[in-house]
Amino acid sequence: MKLRQTLLAGAIAFAPVTAFAADLTIGFSQIGSESGWRAAETTVTKQEAKDRGITLKFADAQQKQENQIKAIRSFVAQGVDAILLAPVVATGWDEVLEEAQDADIPVVLLDRTVDAPDDLYLTAVTSDLVHEGSVAGQWLVDEMDGADCRIVELQGTTGSSPAIDRKTGFEQAIAGHDNLQIVRSQTGDFTRSKGKVVMESFLKAEGGENICALYAHNDDMAVGAIQAIKDAGLNPGDDIKIVAIDAVPDAHLAIANGDMNATIELTPNMAGPALDALEAFLADGTTPPKWIQTESKLFTAADDNQAIYEQKKDLGY
Amino acid sequence: MIGPKHSTFKRILPQLLILAAALAINLVVFPDFFDIDFRNGRLFGNLIDVLNRAAPVAILCVGMTLVIATRGIDLSVGAVMAIAGATSAAVVVEGHGWVTALLAGLGAGALCGLWNGILVAVLKIQPIVATLVLMVAGRGVAQLITEGKILTFSNEGLIHLGAGVVAGVPTPILIWMALGALVIFVVRRTALGMLIEAIGINERSSRLAGINSRVLLVCVYLVSGLCAALAGVIVAADIKGADANNAGLWLELDAILAVVIGGNSLLGGRFSILASLIGALIIQSVNSVILLSGMPPEFNLVIKALLILAILVIQSPRISYLMYMLRASGPQPQPDTAPLPKTQKEEAQ
Repeated sequence: MKLRQTLLAGAIAFAPVTAFAADLTIGFSQIGSESGWRAAETTVTKQEAKDRGITLKFADAQQKQENQIKAIRSFVAQGVDAILLAPVVATGWDEVLEEAQDADIPVVLLDRTVDAPDDLYLTAVTSDLVHEGSVAGQWLVDEMDGADCRIVELQGTTGSSPAIDRKTGFEQAIAGHDNLQIVRSQTGDFTRSKGKVVMESFLKAEGGENICALYAHNDDMAVGAIQAIKDAGLNPGDDIKIVAIDAVPDAHLAIANGDMNATIELTPNMAGPALDALEAFLADGTTPPKWIQTESKLFTAADDNQAIYEQKKDLGY
Repeated sequence: MIGPKHSTFKRILPQLLILAAALAINLVVFPDFFDIDFRNGRLFGNLIDVLNRAAPVAILCVGMTLVIATRGIDLSVGAVMAIAGATSAAVVVEGHGWVTALLAGLGAGALCGLWNGILVAVLKIQPIVATLVLMVAGRGVAQLITEGKILTFSNEGLIHLGAGVVAGVPTPILIWMALGALVIFVVRRTALGMLIEAIGINERSSRLAGINSRVLLVCVYLVSGLCAALAGVIVAADIKGADANNAGLWLELDAILAVVIGGNSLLGGRFSILASLIGALIIQSVNSVILLSGMPPEFNLVIKALLILAILVIQSPRISYLMYMLRASGPQPQPDTAPLPKTQKEEAQ
């Protein structure tokens, strides 16, 4: 069923999701479905629009900017009330955003921002990557409560902005706590298998018993690392504390099983705040702030992770 | 018997020396490199990691060596890994057993290999272009199978292929060694290896000499597809999930590099699978240096590039010849009969 949906979305550029009794028609230009998170964002956006009785015109750009520009032009031609845009790259949007502005159609950016004058769009709804890292760091500070801790870090893809910002945020949070020290830091490319391989080398280079915590820039690497820690005869979540970012379903499952300690959510619900802002703006002209930051929620063993897993697993992650 | 064995040793000697050098660098970076102990029912140590993590590239380079010997190249192996891993995962998730899953994965790989083989041997499309088609499209096919997410499974039998141990030794090590031994046996104990070399040296004359080059070429790409599929299943089993986006990403380049470090010419002809396998171990040793050195990840690719460059420069014919001349400058030089492996041996000593 889902396969057919994917195929359909790929085959037809515009698959209007119909909802009845709709006051508003909103166009959504999505990047594509390059990751599970992206697929979940699409699912949640469609759901949010449906719940509000908004007609959502959905366009999958297959990772190409020209498809997004085409989609926005077509939304403008169709005279939609507003446009949601998850931009695939940061540059090259000025012209098409001006066209939307000339047609008096507000544009809200989702998840990523663009290099264009900020009067060309209504607002941007994104997470704060640095803040995510600092929530992770703060969790470890509180968890260790002054005890000495040698930390290993699995970085994201070298040079990518999530890797840089999540590292910065974590380092800011643990700065000034001399009991916490990052002893090894290497890239795991955001993937499970690299996470496992690099963790294997950490365990040998430092000695598993000398590592007290693992900070991974995403959950997938943490899930890979958990397997490496088990292979080394250690108990992940207990012998080595694990904190990561994203809160994908498998991370909730790992926390429920006691293999992992904490994860910080990168919410796929960017559309909720975006549609709130749009509805207020279209109703009485309330101008939202230029940047709406989504919540970076911390999940630990104190939450009912099994239930969250069941809830999240069908979102398309 | 002594003759051929001796020449095999001479053929792989440069690779062995480079491997020794790469392992020595590891020892310098991390003094406990050679420590191996037994933990949690499995051998545990850096050397085991090198052997274990070399498995995907080692398995790929068996097929790649044969393809390159026919003067071809197979760029699709990374994508085929993703397809095979996704197929196997999808089959166990449906509730079938691990044998069925493995066979389904291998079947998918065989189909991919057949596709490449037909494009190259029947339609006569240049190999680099023909296999590029599947390299680009294959990952999309894999994503269709996994529906864009990481397809996780918990079938113990399948997981055993990638993450399990047999008598304490990680299964992937046993698999790549057995595969290597089997293929070497088949191509060297029959005329198959010679026929493949003949195609690589001159396809037209080999055909005139009575070799059915078309069928043989298709078979070679088929074997490459099967090897890629096996590697793909192992990689998926290792993380208990098929990651269509990342499984085998860029591994086709590592496999080609392993074949080149193994001293095989990209222009086809004579080949040595054993030397390619050592090439795969050399690449993994280099990766190990990077991981153990504790350098910031920004340096990873630079370090790898420098080490690989050094290896290739030492192996280059011009440098080998210079080394030979240097060595031979004392007594009487005999440039006409300069044997390549011998000079490298001297140089490395």
